[in-house]
Amino acid sequence: MIHKGKANPAKKMRRLTEPLIEKFVTLNGAIAIIFVVLIMAFLLMDGLPTFRSVSAWKFLFGRDWYPLSEQFQTLSLILGSVVVTLGAVVIAVPIGIAAAIYLAEIAPLRVREILKPMVEVLAGIPSVVIGFIGMIVLSPWIKNVFDLPTGMTALTGSVMLAFMAMPTIISISEDAIIAVPRDYNAGSLALGATSWQSIIGVTVPAAKSGIIAAVMLGIGRAIGETMTVLMVTGNAAVIPHSFIQPVRTMTATIAAEMGEVAQGTPHYYSLFAIGLVLFAMTFLINLIADLALQGTRVRR
Amino acid sequence: MRKTNLTTIILLLALLVAVVGCGKPSRNSNSAKSGVVQIKGSDTMVNLGQAWAEVYMKTHSGANVAVTGGGSGTGIAAMIQGTTDIAESSRPMKEEEKALAEKRGTNPVEHEVALDALSVIVNHSNPISKLTIDQLSNIFTGKITNWKQVGGLDEKIVLLSRDKNSGSHVFFLEHVVRRGNEKGPEEYAQSTLMMPSSEAIASQVATDKGTIGYVGLGYVDPKKHKALTIAKTAAGPFIKPSIDTAIDHTYPISRPLYWYTNGQPKGEIKSLLEFVMSTEGQNIVDKLGFAPIKKS
Repeated sequence: MIHKGKANPAKKMRRLTEPLIEKFVTLNGAIAIIFVVLIMAFLLMDGLPTFRSVSAWKFLFGRDWYPLSEQFQTLSLILGSVVVTLGAVVIAVPIGIAAAIYLAEIAPLRVREILKPMVEVLAGIPSVVIGFIGMIVLSPWIKNVFDLPTGMTALTGSVMLAFMAMPTIISISEDAIIAVPRDYNAGSLALGATSWQSIIGVTVPAAKSGIIAAVMLGIGRAIGETMTVLMVTGNAAVIPHSFIQPVRTMTATIAAEMGEVAQGTPHYYSLFAIGLVLFAMTFLINLIADLALQGTRVRR
Repeated sequence: MRKTNLTTIILLLALLVAVVGCGKPSRNSNSAKSGVVQIKGSDTMVNLGQAWAEVYMKTHSGANVAVTGGGSGTGIAAMIQGTTDIAESSRPMKEEEKALAEKRGTNPVEHEVALDALSVIVNHSNPISKLTIDQLSNIFTGKITNWKQVGGLDEKIVLLSRDKNSGSHVFFLEHVVRRGNEKGPEEYAQSTLMMPSSEAIASQVATDKGTIGYVGLGYVDPKKHKALTIAKTAAGPFIKPSIDTAIDHTYPISRPLYWYTNGQPKGEIKSLLEFVMSTEGQNIVDKLGFAPIKKS
């Protein structure tokens, strides 16, 4: 109401365009939901027929994955994915968060200006290249260090996946830490806390929700990664007993076998059912992350 | 406002379903477009296909041939779906694949284009130089886990196999692991490492002491690893995998390599196939370490 009279045409325009823009934005928001629902629908459509030839219990908890002989039991694949991802998380989370704290709070401006783009470059390296490095460099090293018959192990996959999950964890947690108001830190310092005490006791807890989100996204990246694990974990469908033995992950199985199967065969459906399991697992991870985030919000 | 949101969402859903629905039928019609002959399939044969394509394109101006790997099953599936003109395969088509082809209205025609001796390779430090089919079956099913059980060093056996999309995987399963009984009960041991390519098996065997794997004859490199001599029974004779033993079928696990086309080949595809079967084409087979169908 500041401009009188003259502003009327503009106002009229706004009356017309605003609902349109609003609709457009709503539509964009809706697309994300529609895609998730459609993906879900397709997975269910092509995954559920599996359970006509094998019971859900046997599919999830049986040990023999021999699809060419119609044995669709995926426990070894599920555990393979879990072991590799767990290893990656154990390696990537402490290093990632520590790096984020260093970048956000400790590093001098110049170091930060060099390191930050480097982390982003790391995020952009294609997974085939990471897999290749794992195959040529890391795998022989692991074979020698642990005196193993082969260097294609879950640990090899975990280390390479940690490299891939780390940039996600670092950049998102760093953003979260930087977003904490400077006053918190200043207040803590004014109360006589050391710099280290302020970071660990005040700044990082205040950024907790962002850091948890970062870790969850990192886990999501690790569990869904395909090419690298296909190249370095050996793909043997055995129940894993340790980190230094070959494993076969769900993603690698889908990637390696999807190209071959005839559409509409039990094998084809079972690969979609594996996708369904994977989808359920990532959904669960996101749900936990969400609950964790809400928990911190209520407390604050 | 809430009502309009709902309608937009429903409209959008309808649109998406329409788009997805339209996507399907158009898939069958993109073969042989713009004059490029697509060849796809067996990783064992991908180098061979490439060599043929190169020479063919040099001698036939204007011809355009694209070769990709992915595995025999991948190639056959692509041919059935109509996304490739020629499927390379290191195993014959399975019954279920033939049934699917019939359902899809494709008519696969088989062409034997070369022979291969599937070679079993071990590391150079391994003193073992010969095995029987029976021993190989016991090794690959996991009944024998240490090299000393077949007279070698006290070293754990590491099994290397191609993954399930590979024709070599299926051929080795049926003819070695199951000793020729295609529907036998034997399976690869669960501890078998499934490698994504023949090259990966070859390089792994070259560096790791306890490994054993199988590759096409064209991948055998005596400088890097050792190809075992194989016998059907312990009585022998133990035969070395080679071009000659593949041609006279004395090597127990020799096999034909195939091209599959949809219907009798016509035009460019026909002339390509004629080139492959010509003396010049079969010389290329020989040069790449496989065995020619017709000895020139």
